Amino acid sequence: MWLTNSSIGRKVIMSVSGIALILFLTFHGCMNVVALFSAEGYNMICEMLGANWYAVAATLGLAALVALHFVYAIVLTLQNKKARGNSRYEVTDRPAKVEWASQNMFVLGVIVILGMILHLYNFWYNMMFAELVGAETMYAADGAYWISATFANPVYTVLYLVWLVALWFHLTHGFWSALQTLGWSGKIWFNRWKCIGTAYATLLILMFAAVVLCFQCRALCCGACC
Amino acid sequence: MAKNISFTVRYWKQNGPKDAGHFETKQMSNIPDDTSFLEMLDILNEELINEGKEPFTFDHDCREGICGMCSLYINGTPHGKTERGATTCQLYMRRFNDGDVITVEPWRSAAFPVIKDCMVDRSAFDKIQAAGGYTTIRTGQAQDANAILIPKADADEAMDCATCIGCGACVAACKNGSAMLFVSSKVSQFALLPQGRVEAAKRAKAMVAKMDELGFGNCTNTRACEAVCPKNETIANIARLNREFISAKLAD
Amino acid sequence: MATLNSRIPEGPVAEKWTNYKAHQKLVNPKNKRKLDVIIVGTGLAGASAAASLGEMGFKVKNFCIQDSPRRAHSIAAQGGINAAKNYQNDGDSVYRLFYDTVKGGDYRAREANVYRLAEVSANIIDQCVAQGVPFAREYGGMLANRSFGGAQVSRTFYAKGQTGQQLLLGAYSSLMCQVNAGTVELYTRYEMLDVVIIDGRARGIIARNLVTGNIERFSAHAVVIGTGGYGNTYFLSTNAMGCNCSAAIACYRKGAFFANPSYVQIHPTCIPVHGDKQSKLTLMSESLRNDGRIWVPKKLEDAKRLQNGEIQGKDIPEEDRDYYLERRYPAFGNLVPRDVASRAAKERCDKGYGVNNTGLAVFLDFSQAIEDFGRKEIEARYGNLFDMYEEITDESPYETPMQIFPAVHYTMGGIWVDYELMTTIKGLFAIGECNFSDHGANRLGASALMQGLADGYFVLPYTIQNYLADQITVPRFSTDLPEFAEAETAVKDRIDRLFAIKGKRSVDSIHKELGHIMWEHVGMGRTKAGLEEGIKLIDALRKEFYTNLFVPGTTEGVNVELEKALRLEDFLLMGQLIANDALHREESCGGHFREEHQTEEGEAKRDDENFFYVGCWEYQGTDDKKPVLHKEPLEYEIIKVQTRNYKS
Repeated sequence: MWLTNSSIGRKVIMSVSGIALILFLTFHGCMNVVALFSAEGYNMICEMLGANWYAVAATLGLAALVALHFVYAIVLTLQNKKARGNSRYEVTDRPAKVEWASQNMFVLGVIVILGMILHLYNFWYNMMFAELVGAETMYAADGAYWISATFANPVYTVLYLVWLVALWFHLTHGFWSALQTLGWSGKIWFNRWKCIGTAYATLLILMFAAVVLCFQCRALCCGACC
Repeated sequence: MAKNISFTVRYWKQNGPKDAGHFETKQMSNIPDDTSFLEMLDILNEELINEGKEPFTFDHDCREGICGMCSLYINGTPHGKTERGATTCQLYMRRFNDGDVITVEPWRSAAFPVIKDCMVDRSAFDKIQAAGGYTTIRTGQAQDANAILIPKADADEAMDCATCIGCGACVAACKNGSAMLFVSSKVSQFALLPQGRVEAAKRAKAMVAKMDELGFGNCTNTRACEAVCPKNETIANIARLNREFISAKLAD
Repeated sequence: MATLNSRIPEGPVAEKWTNYKAHQKLVNPKNKRKLDVIIVGTGLAGASAAASLGEMGFKVKNFCIQDSPRRAHSIAAQGGINAAKNYQNDGDSVYRLFYDTVKGGDYRAREANVYRLAEVSANIIDQCVAQGVPFAREYGGMLANRSFGGAQVSRTFYAKGQTGQQLLLGAYSSLMCQVNAGTVELYTRYEMLDVVIIDGRARGIIARNLVTGNIERFSAHAVVIGTGGYGNTYFLSTNAMGCNCSAAIACYRKGAFFANPSYVQIHPTCIPVHGDKQSKLTLMSESLRNDGRIWVPKKLEDAKRLQNGEIQGKDIPEEDRDYYLERRYPAFGNLVPRDVASRAAKERCDKGYGVNNTGLAVFLDFSQAIEDFGRKEIEARYGNLFDMYEEITDESPYETPMQIFPAVHYTMGGIWVDYELMTTIKGLFAIGECNFSDHGANRLGASALMQGLADGYFVLPYTIQNYLADQITVPRFSTDLPEFAEAETAVKDRIDRLFAIKGKRSVDSIHKELGHIMWEHVGMGRTKAGLEEGIKLIDALRKEFYTNLFVPGTTEGVNVELEKALRLEDFLLMGQLIANDALHREESCGGHFREEHQTEEGEAKRDDENFFYVGCWEYQGTDDKKPVLHKEPLEYEIIKVQTRNYKS
């Protein structure tokens, strides 16, 4: 099967799964923004995405995507390390053209995964998982509650921001790189994709960061007034 | 007018692929800065020979930037740093300063084993070429040259792709040891020309398969290859190769 | 002893090749598989021959000293390749290309060979386009052409300034296709050190594996060498560092005649020598002469001030500049053939008009072209060349005139071959620059690529069959035969001798000295006294070589110094050969200029009565003995021999 046994095929898996994850992030980001304006609206979405069969199926699909993306990242990284050979350059110099992110995608990816585990623990564990195992909790579908609860803690806020910054770097490279791998690029489109990708990633990350910062501010302000 | 500079050269010595290898250091004095880098190494070797020592081995041939034989990794950059992009043989000592330490290493990549010192084995490139880097045409079969019209823009672009000299700097610079810039330049040249279209799908598949088989890494689009390419090949070629390869596989 | 029979087919010149092909012997497909051919060299000639013979079904073994066939020095050719296509409708024809080549060669080429060359030239372009060589094109999609020195039509096909690269990569791709098909076996980083003769026929070679250092034997039914020219005898030349004449000299030592060694082409537009550490000279394409104007100061005192670095070229007013090519050759101006342009530059510098600190350079000025066409246009035409020049010299040709000086570039002489490209040894063929036949005493620009590919694609694959047809009953040779053992031992002894000298001098230091002797005494302007002095100096240098050479390292593994030492030993013999031939040829023609033989205006003066022949040298068993001269008289059927005229 060419997708698994050729270098370009493996990269296609990375780029298609990556693009799918970007689409998911887009959806997730839009959903989060709702929380800024209306806790009820946000909770309605949370309810819809509770322990329903389609939401569970989608979650499983998502998990599979992440796993695929991550497993292939490990496979590619190991293969590439082997291709590099045993001896390392004594002196190295990164040309200006080479983005820092592009050479550190794996490390960035690991940070993203760690952030994701934290995130699952903060939210998914308390919400969908709780519902699935039938735990007695009144907050399973109250996403807004969990947001304010989590970002009342500045430690989480900082961790989430670090996570988002890593994700931003990962996306700025990942976006155009995915399209390049699929062959939808060229001398002209390369610059366009790069521009679009950076703007898109920035917007996306700002959407997430806005929620984090906003709730942290509310917690601080609230603390101040109460 | 040329001025003279003095500096230290740290050069890699390695006796065959299995040897661990090490650096040796030599102080060079009063080298005119209009000397080319390789001429500087000639002087270094002359001094070593006069001291009764074994000279430093490296590949070089045409010394005018076209044969692709020279292959030194100088101060962290394949072929050394120049503004326009050039091969090692086109690097001049005026790029360096008095008192510099210049570190000279071989291309380091699993697919390019060291033969001796900084001389490496790049026959993997020939094997990739043999897998499909041609149009199948027998001598004497060709029709009149002007029977195939080729738009100037396509011919010019194919020429840019065909300019690749196969030096291997792209592999040397790539943290993944990937040969995609080399392979894609060759595939692109033929893919852009009507003569090459006939076997385009077969070629893309065969050359990529051979590249993978020979132990080159997977491209992760870091662009280090195009940054160091002495002939300014671009990763647009890699996008084209991806396109050719994926559509060939989807058509199977 | 071998005799000279050029075996030119019967019939009028224009029909010889057709007749030959109609009547030659062929080998049937089944028998081809039983026949082995060794081809040494993977340049335009070697690679194209190996690919073509492989396609036909012969078992080919192809050798090169580089790490890949694609690195052969054909790759460095810049300008273009000639072909009589007449795509520009400017009156070109096979006859005209033939005539220009014979005239450009100063009437010292073999007529029948040149006609065949012109005849197949058109097929080369077809072949290369089909291979995917991206020649320059016009907006309508048709092939573009440019003009070159020595011709009045536009017949040169080109791919930017890298035509040699593209043609070689084309031949290389066909070669690799055959390697993939299993018909050609490739031996890279192998250097041929001897040819093995069995019963008077070439049956194999002894080669050194440059990686392991092993001496290995290879057998075949025929041996072809396409190993280029001997320009590096002069140490400084535009040739690649690895270019050498060792394969040709090995054949010469085994009895192949060496023809016209004194015909060495000095290219007029190279970057001048800058210091004694220099390793090679860089050519600036001849195409620059289309728009650049060559000049030196009119006044000696201006030249002196230039040499002392007190003023620069641009400080000299227009009326004090001497555009000497335009002055002397109004019809062709700056586009006279290479030998003429080179000599004119030397003449000015000898008189003290040189423009740099060594006094050995003239200006190539683009200020007028920039004024006429604008900087943008000049940038589009020559941008990459100007950049290269600036990188090397740290001076921008847009601001200040380029400095150029002639340098050794190409050798017209080479192993003598007959019409079938076979040497005086049966079964040994020579193709491309390493044979002598097509360029006479001077080669026109863009003709070297044409000849290399003509030999490899369209001539040798036919003519070699005429020889091999008789060999179908001869079984494959074992390399255990005593002739192989003997040759191998001789090679090993030779290497041991070099190691045993244990002197003090590096190979390069002796080679540089040889280069100085050659350039001084056997260079652009030769005299009887100078040549005799040169021969004496080379003799003395040979003694120095055999008593004071130091080769570090051992026979095992990579030993670059040993490779160079073996080549230098052959260059020393080659130097003597060039000087002897130059001394005997009491005339001036093409690249060979004897100062005793010039017109009052300083032009070359041929002596057709006494020297209308190919001078062929036969080795006498040892390097110390002077070779014996044989003559192949030239017979021109259709071209009237006359004095070259580029003035009107």
